[in-house]
Amino acid sequence: MDSVFPITLTLNGRTVTHDAPQRMTLADFLRQTVGLTATHIGCEHGVCGACTVYVDGRIARGCLMFAIQAEGCDIRTLEGLADDERMQALQKHFHARNALQCGFCTSGMLLTAHQYLGSQEEPSREEAREYLSGNYCRCTGYQAIVEATLAASDELAAKAGCKDEEAGRAEA
Amino acid sequence: MLKRNDARADKSNFVGKTVPRENARRLSQGRGRYVDDIAFRNLAHVAFVRSPHAHARILSIDTQAARAVPGVIDVITGQDIRSMCQPWVGVLGHFPGLKSAEQYPLAVDVARWHGEPVAVVLAESRALAEDGADLIEVEWEALPSVVDPETALESDAHVIHPELGDNLAFRLDLEKGEVDAAFASAAHIAEGTFHFGRHTGLTLEPRSIVADFDPALRQLTVHHSTQTPFQMQDVFARHFGLEEGSVRVIAPDVGGSFGLKLHVYGEEMAACALSIRHGRPVKFIADRLEAFQTDIHARDHRVKARMAVSAEGEILAMEVDDLTGIGPFSVYPRTSAVEGNQAIRLMGGPYRMPSYRGRLQVVFQNKTPMCQYRAVGHPVACAVTEGLVDQAAHALGIDPLEMRRRNVVTQDMYPHTSPTGYVFERLSHEECHARLAEMMNYERLRREQAEARERGVYRGIGFATFIEITNPGPAFYGVGGARISAQDGCVMKMEPSGDIRVMVSVTEQGQGTETIMAQIAATHLGVPLERVRVYTGDTQTSPYGGATWASRGAGIGGVAVMKTAEALKENLLTVAATILQAQPGELDISAGAVVSRASGEERMPLSELGRIAYFRPDTLPAGFHAELTAARHYVPQGYPFAFTNGVQASHLEVDIETGQVRLLDHWVVEDCGRIINPLLVDEQIRGGVVQGLGGALFEECLYSPEGQLLCGTMADYLTPMAAEMPDIHVGHVETPTETSPLGAKGVGEAGTAAAPAAVMNAINDALSPFGASVSRMPFTPERVLRALGKV
Ligand code: FES
Ligand code: FES
Repeated sequence: MDSVFPITLTLNGRTVTHDAPQRMTLADFLRQTVGLTATHIGCEHGVCGACTVYVDGRIARGCLMFAIQAEGCDIRTLEGLADDERMQALQKHFHARNALQCGFCTSGMLLTAHQYLGSQEEPSREEAREYLSGNYCRCTGYQAIVEATLAASDELAAKAGCKDEEAGRAEA
Repeated sequence: MLKRNDARADKSNFVGKTVPRENARRLSQGRGRYVDDIAFRNLAHVAFVRSPHAHARILSIDTQAARAVPGVIDVITGQDIRSMCQPWVGVLGHFPGLKSAEQYPLAVDVARWHGEPVAVVLAESRALAEDGADLIEVEWEALPSVVDPETALESDAHVIHPELGDNLAFRLDLEKGEVDAAFASAAHIAEGTFHFGRHTGLTLEPRSIVADFDPALRQLTVHHSTQTPFQMQDVFARHFGLEEGSVRVIAPDVGGSFGLKLHVYGEEMAACALSIRHGRPVKFIADRLEAFQTDIHARDHRVKARMAVSAEGEILAMEVDDLTGIGPFSVYPRTSAVEGNQAIRLMGGPYRMPSYRGRLQVVFQNKTPMCQYRAVGHPVACAVTEGLVDQAAHALGIDPLEMRRRNVVTQDMYPHTSPTGYVFERLSHEECHARLAEMMNYERLRREQAEARERGVYRGIGFATFIEITNPGPAFYGVGGARISAQDGCVMKMEPSGDIRVMVSVTEQGQGTETIMAQIAATHLGVPLERVRVYTGDTQTSPYGGATWASRGAGIGGVAVMKTAEALKENLLTVAATILQAQPGELDISAGAVVSRASGEERMPLSELGRIAYFRPDTLPAGFHAELTAARHYVPQGYPFAFTNGVQASHLEVDIETGQVRLLDHWVVEDCGRIINPLLVDEQIRGGVVQGLGGALFEECLYSPEGQLLCGTMADYLTPMAAEMPDIHVGHVETPTETSPLGAKGVGEAGTAAAPAAVMNAINDALSPFGASVSRMPFTPERVLRALGKV
């Protein structure tokens, strides 16, 4: 039997403590121990991106980390971004643009797109394609994903523009 | 008044409209429910011991150490499993002469491919099962392996199944017209050998199953990532000696299928066998190495072909010799003959070509079994035909698009029968070609290509005209003895709230089946789309049917839904007429309410009809019974299957120093008949094209000469990623099929069918200044450089 260790981490904004077998990956820990199944497992060797989660503010592959390595980390999964404005815009446009079919890649794709839009003020089609290239999608052919990501970015920019304007008016 | 009527009717017409999928909203919030997401109590897990050899005899298996691992529950070998499961043989009556050998879930005496399961460990967790599997000692005697199909039929080749006599699984010869005379009189003969490497479906969700046997009821419940719940219900019942009604198969969310998730696999059967033996749920989720080793592979063809053409560019005849390797077994229950059969029958399909000779040889080899994958046989037929068309056009100095225009079956010729016996009701090649030329601005592209060439930039434009088989009837499997339903069914009910529930036998793997069925039901009933919910994928609650494969969901399942909606509407109008003391013919249903047919005026919302019919039937005349549920089944008749058609074009650039191919643009004009949801159709096309591009440029299951699979991870099996893929522009022509009242054909495979051919022709167009060409897929940089004589 495996040796089991207690780990404490911040998961989607809350501190949680669980026992984790030594050899359990973070992805399995999230899915099996905690019961959060938005994080998917497509390869278990760090290539497909289905298991993408935020670790201390940067996206990482949940299958390439042991759960016990997440001790003290700040982990955020798709479930924990339900109220995030940027994620909501992405989800809205993924839905409208049919940027997912089977949906198995989608959580990972959304997290990668989320980090991309957070890091880039003026995303371009080419750059979005490049940025999303660490995530496999076997169903869509990617075009819809790229277009949905850009549409979300436009919407967020327009909203930010409105806010700036309002702020400007308020000052005047 | 009329206007108001129209406005109402328009509110209830959803066929032909872009409607996003409700499912996509749920999945985008991470709320999918795939097999591995479902929690079970007392769950046990399996891990397999697999053959490290392509071909070897099992001398002994020592399971003692594995059994001693704490947490290991059971260990089963091939010998043990013989008493737990009836064996199967992948043959069907309509492929005369097709042979294969008996198979059990685990190899019994001899393992015949690298990765074939030979023993299974059941344990409290997958990790412990793997620990156990690691401790199993198998003593092997390596046997000579047959790897390359070209050597399978040689007289000194090792025969994989001695009881079958040789390695020839199936042979088919077709002949029509005056082939020899056509070649004798030809102005030009185009000729080539085309290779199609093995690739695989690579669903992002691997194959997954939880089998849960209740010994008290002798009831087997299977949560299975499958396209075909009813087919699997039948298989599990027959092979485990259970009543059909005691097997329930549930397909929850399925993470991609592409034809891969409708075959019978040993691992799934072993999981069921162990659940039955232990009376507890057993889970198998393939890891990626297991997926590469045991998911069906696709293609593996070598085709020698030639085409006779007249001086005017008229195609006179084709002669084709297809050799295809299917691994050591024909896969059960659909057989591995279908791929080759379709490949040689689809050759030359878009064209008027009068004479044809085709030979197919399907051979056994020691590799992973090969079977139907998206666009079965189509990419092979399309690339061979279109490759030869381009060669001939080049030799005769005819523009490739013009060459195709001169040869396609034209509008005045329908219905048309191809020399291989396919009957086309009505296709639209000329219109598709015209549409494509306009969409891609063909003339300007040619001018730009010439200018680029001056600068030493080598771009190519490639075309591929295609036909695609959809809406298969019983001719596909049923006539051969397979218990695979050709019909689909629908049950529809109105609830007291006036909401509509639709149970349909076609299944969803992300194509949008459920949305399309809701659109059809809402339209034909006259209710708002959001009042309709569709349920699929459970043998206990859905009507029986064939489910989703061969692009049959919309064309067959859609009609079942349409007919059910019409029947339910008639029932509801009868109830309404009774309540309102009117004639049913005076009433209609629109936007969720009963209305006057003449004026469009609302008479009663459906919720009121529901309230009276369910809760106050005492207010209705004696002897009247409100029928609030309807059921209908549908099977296409008249034609054995429908055909769609279209044309694709690829624009790309070849770096002649590195051999890299950069895709610049891709166009598809297709005709799938009546379009139910343009958004979903376009995305089916795009996804299909990208899978075709994968097979053309990247994907290959590589083997060593001894039959060792060399790609066991996603890092060494290349697939298309976002950055390498071009924008894909999709255009439509709509020729509804008269064989279906809905007018819809399928669309799932068209993209995959022709994309490889278009890319091949574009690469060869780019390489034409060097007199070089490629015909071995995938077209890797190395193969391109080889063609250029640089390596
Ligand atoms: S499951 Fe982690 S990258 Fe594929
Ligand atoms: S939607 Fe199926 S893998 Fe991306």
